[in-house]
Formats: sequence, C-alpha cells, structure tokens
Amino acid sequence: MSFFTADKLSINFGGIKAVDGVSFDVAQGEVFTIIGPNGAGKTTIFNLVSRIYEPTGGKLTFDGTDITNIPPHKVAALGIARTFQNIELFEHATLLQNLLLARHTHKKSDFFSELFFTPSVRRMEVEHREAVEKAIDFLDLQQYRDSLIVNLPYGVRKVTELARALCTEPKLLLLDEPSSGLNVEETEDMAFWIRDIKDLLGITVLMVEHDMSLVSAVSDRVMALNYGRPLALGTPAEVQAHPEVIRAYLGG
Amino acid sequence: MRFLFKTSYEQDIRLFRDRVDLFWYVLLALAVVAVPFALDEYYVGETAWVFIYAICGVSLMVLVGYTGLVSLGHAAFLGIGAYAHAYFLGLGLPWVVALGLAVAITTASGVVVGLPALRMTGIYLAIATLAFAVIIQEVFSRWESVTHGFAGMKVDMPTIFGVAFDDDRSFYFLCLFFLVVVLWLTRNLLRSPTGRAWIAIRDSEIAAQSMGVHLATYKTMAFAYSAGLMGLAGALFAHKIAYLAPDIFTILLSIQFLLLVIVGGLGSLHGAVFGAIFVALLPPLIAILRDSIPASLADLATATGIDVIGTVGAAIGAFLSKPGVEAGVFGLILVLMILLEPLGMYGRWLKIKLFFSTFPMYKAATFKRQKTYMRSERLR
Repeated sequence: MSFFTADKLSINFGGIKAVDGVSFDVAQGEVFTIIGPNGAGKTTIFNLVSRIYEPTGGKLTFDGTDITNIPPHKVAALGIARTFQNIELFEHATLLQNLLLARHTHKKSDFFSELFFTPSVRRMEVEHREAVEKAIDFLDLQQYRDSLIVNLPYGVRKVTELARALCTEPKLLLLDEPSSGLNVEETEDMAFWIRDIKDLLGITVLMVEHDMSLVSAVSDRVMALNYGRPLALGTPAEVQAHPEVIRAYLGG
Repeated sequence: MRFLFKTSYEQDIRLFRDRVDLFWYVLLALAVVAVPFALDEYYVGETAWVFIYAICGVSLMVLVGYTGLVSLGHAAFLGIGAYAHAYFLGLGLPWVVALGLAVAITTASGVVVGLPALRMTGIYLAIATLAFAVIIQEVFSRWESVTHGFAGMKVDMPTIFGVAFDDDRSFYFLCLFFLVVVLWLTRNLLRSPTGRAWIAIRDSEIAAQSMGVHLATYKTMAFAYSAGLMGLAGALFAHKIAYLAPDIFTILLSIQFLLLVIVGGLGSLHGAVFGAIFVALLPPLIAILRDSIPASLADLATATGIDVIGTVGAAIGAFLSKPGVEAGVFGLILVLMILLEPLGMYGRWLKIKLFFSTFPMYKAATFKRQKTYMRSERLR
C-alpha cells in the first residue's frame, strides 16, 4: 500500500479531457515531480488532489484512506497542504496572521470560548505562535514577521506560502511551481528548502515544476505529462532522456 | 521615537500593546466618562447616538471589513432588533429578557440571510441583502398585530433591575457600557482562530479552504454575529428614538451604515468608532452651523459696516436649511474620502500617529501601496 495513490484519475471540462486516466503513486518521504508543457494538466491534478475539482473518474488514496469524495476543507486536516502557482496569500493580513491561519485545523476552541477569550484559548494561541515561529525560523522569515503581505516582494511571498503550508504540519506537501517568478538565486534557495523539508522534517513532497534544474536537484522521481496523459515516469535523468518527452517539448 | 521589543507571545495577544497604549486608553475612558458631567444635556444625548452607531459600525465592520461580504440590508436587522425588543417589552417581559430575545431573533434572521449568501459574493450579495431589507420593511408596515404598522410603536426609556435609565445621562452610560462590551467581544474574536478565518475568507477563499476553513460555516457565523450586534444596537435605538415606525428602517439607513464603515476605514474596529462619530455628529453639526454662521456673520457685518458679509451669511444659512443638504454633504464627503483617503479616517489617524511617533523622520511613502496584478481569478 503506497502513501499516496492516484488511480486512473480523470476529469473532463466539457469535451476536453484535461486529465485522462492518470495513475501514479508517491512513496513516503520522496519528492515526486510532475512536469509537462503548458496545458498538460499538471495544476488540474493538484486541484483534484486538494479536492477543488470533482474528478469524473478514478480514485485518490492517501495514507490508507480514500479521499476521492471528501470535502475540500477536510483535506488539510488529513495532512495535505498546498501552495498555489499564483500565490494565494491573505494580502491585507500580516505574515504572522497568514501563518497562524494555517493552524486552523489544530484549533480546539469553539466560538463562545473565543468570544470571551478564555484562558484555554489564550494558551492555545501561545502554542500556535510557538509552532508558527518554528516555520519562520526554518525559512528565515523573521524580519518580515509583522509586515503586511501587500508590502512584501514576490520572492518573499513565495516563501511565505511555503511557510504557511508547513504550519499546517502536513504529511504530504503539494507545491505548485515553487520556482515560478523567482530569480536564479531564489530558486537555489528553494531547492535547499525542499530538500530540507524532505530530509529534516520528513515530509513527502508532490511538486509541479517547469525549472528543470530545480527538478533534477530535488526530485526522486519524475512523471512527464502531455494532453492529460502520462508520457514517462522515472528518475529525472531517465525522463529527460525519454524520446516521447523530448518530442512533447520540442515537437517533431 | 519609540521601539517596541517583543519578548513574549503574550505581547501580540493582549488587548493593549504596551503601557503607553494602555495609558492613552485609560485617558480616553476618563474623558468619555466625564463628558455627561461637562456637557449640556443635548450634547450628551447626541453622543449616545455615536455609541449606538458605533455598535452598528462594529456589526457591519465584521461583515464588510473583515469577512468581505457586502450587505445593503443592515437597517433591516436593526429594525428587527428594535421591533422585537419593543414587542417583548410591551408583553411585560423584563428588560434583560426582552433584549436577549431581540438579539436571539436577529441572530437567527442573520443565519437565514447568511445561508443563501454562501453562494453569492460582491454585488450579487449586496442585491440579495437589499431585497431582504425591502421585504422586511414591508413586513414592518403590514404585520400590524406586532408592529402597529404606520401607527407606530412607542418605546419608553428602559428600567433595568429596578433602575430607571430615564434621562440622557444615564442612557448615555448604558449605551457606553454596551459599546465597550461589543468592542471587547469582537476584539476577542478577531484575535482568535474565528477572526483569522474571516480575514482569510476576505482575502482568498480558495486558500482559506485549503487551510481547512469551512467557508459556509464561517460566512454564516459572520452574518449571524453581525446581525446579532445589529439586534443589540436596534434595542438601544428603539429606546433612543422613542417611537418606532417602518419608514425609519429604509435602504438609506443601510447605506448610511455602509458609509460609516467606509469613511471610518474598512478592516479596523477603530474605523467603526471613527465612522460612527462622523455619521452621528454630522447632522447636528450642520444644524449648529445653519444657525451660527448667519448670526456670527451678521454680527461681523454690523461691527465692520460691510453689508455684503451679512448677505453672504444669510445665503449660507438659507442653503444649509434646504432639504437634502445633509445627504449631499454625506455624499460629498464619501466621494472625497474614497479619492483622497481610501483607508478612511482610521488611515488618516495612523498617519498622524506615525508622524508624531517618528518625528522628525516621518516618510509619507510609508503608506504607499504598490499595485499588484498577480492574483489569479481562475478558481473563483
């Protein structure tokens, strides 16, 4: 039994088969990357896994549970966190508040105890802050702690999204193009962090990425996708050398 | 210049940032308590309006400023609270029980409106709440066995546990008490997971959902809480206005509440209070100016011997007495505010505060925001 399995996953938008019978499995503790040309269905797979889209067919299993039909807000509680390709932070809140929101699934207070801010709520708040500070330390975000997100540069926002995902204490981390919009140096930092997340925190990573240097640097296995169908699966070197993959990217 | 060194998590959690902060709030509290003894009875009565409007402001701030849901129908909730409170008082129930029932009924109606609101955002939600307000206003005028329709409903000043709050001074303190409680409760919610979930929904529904926030639950909660506060404000409103009629709770009142939170500054509780000061005190201010400008300019004309000044004064007085001037001034200020100070009065307040706390190193650019165009609308 694998850690995470997608079995014959499909979704149609009208007549377009955006994802067409894709099967793959992710082992615990590995970095699994999905690559493919634009419109290949990579982000769609992410949106299926985080349950924003309803699959037309197939099955998703995570850690022994069938997650094909659970509602989207329950995904985080199971231990799946994600980042977004176009950054979906809470822009008019501080970085700290953004990360604290990620502790939502760990909250134990109800509306009325929060209304009166009982000592137990206060205690929980302190605990959440301790957890959040670990992520801030891990990703070197100390100096931005109290800044509003709208005032932060793009690169920092990207890291903030990663930090927010980590604050949910996930078992599986979905990274949607972690290097998009980053410069070479920031991409290198991102590679280090992804490796640290895997090695030090023991979190399994499922990633969509275009930057092949980042893919080769961190991935254990790579799946290439085109027109919603898998082309090849293997180590980064194997997939890059695969004739079908070369044809998909270069044409011919 | 003052630097704040953080040494414990408590510093971010507690109500007052530091002792300096606390000092100013204590000073403010003393001033507010001193007002009824220093001012004329008339002005004390007008200040009580500020407190009632501020409760309305907090209510709408939670919904519009923090959860990002627009409502054009909040006057209806105010009306439901007012009528329910008056009705139960009329049945002979004790004041506290009547108030509790009024708040409960308004909260329930907030849930009812909140449920369809889950599927709508922005302008569509505004229209839906507007429709709700129109229906409710119709109910107020038709359900005569409860509301007495256009014949109206007289509401006496409250007597709570045998204590009569029958003059402007005592009622002032009653309103102040409820405002402080409302501010405290709302601040508590905003510094705990519920408030953060509301802010998250406002800024990105999709990310909030991915972090485990159940959108439907929290949107309904925001609506219910907001409506409940409006019900409380409604009960005080009923006493203050003394006579309830359906044409009080019109769309214009709803718009005035919206104006209140926008002028005050969206996304801050300070803004709700600032906005309330503005909305509640502008009409009496216009009334005072209407009388004092012609009079003082006429005095000036006789003193200097220039007749034109007297004529100008009379013209200003005549202009200010025209019907609709109030609405016009409100509108003008709203337009100017949105153009010149989108952060509202609270934004201006922050700038003034920063100017003094960083003097002489204030930079106007501190509040400049870069425009960003990278949020995706694909998943909406």
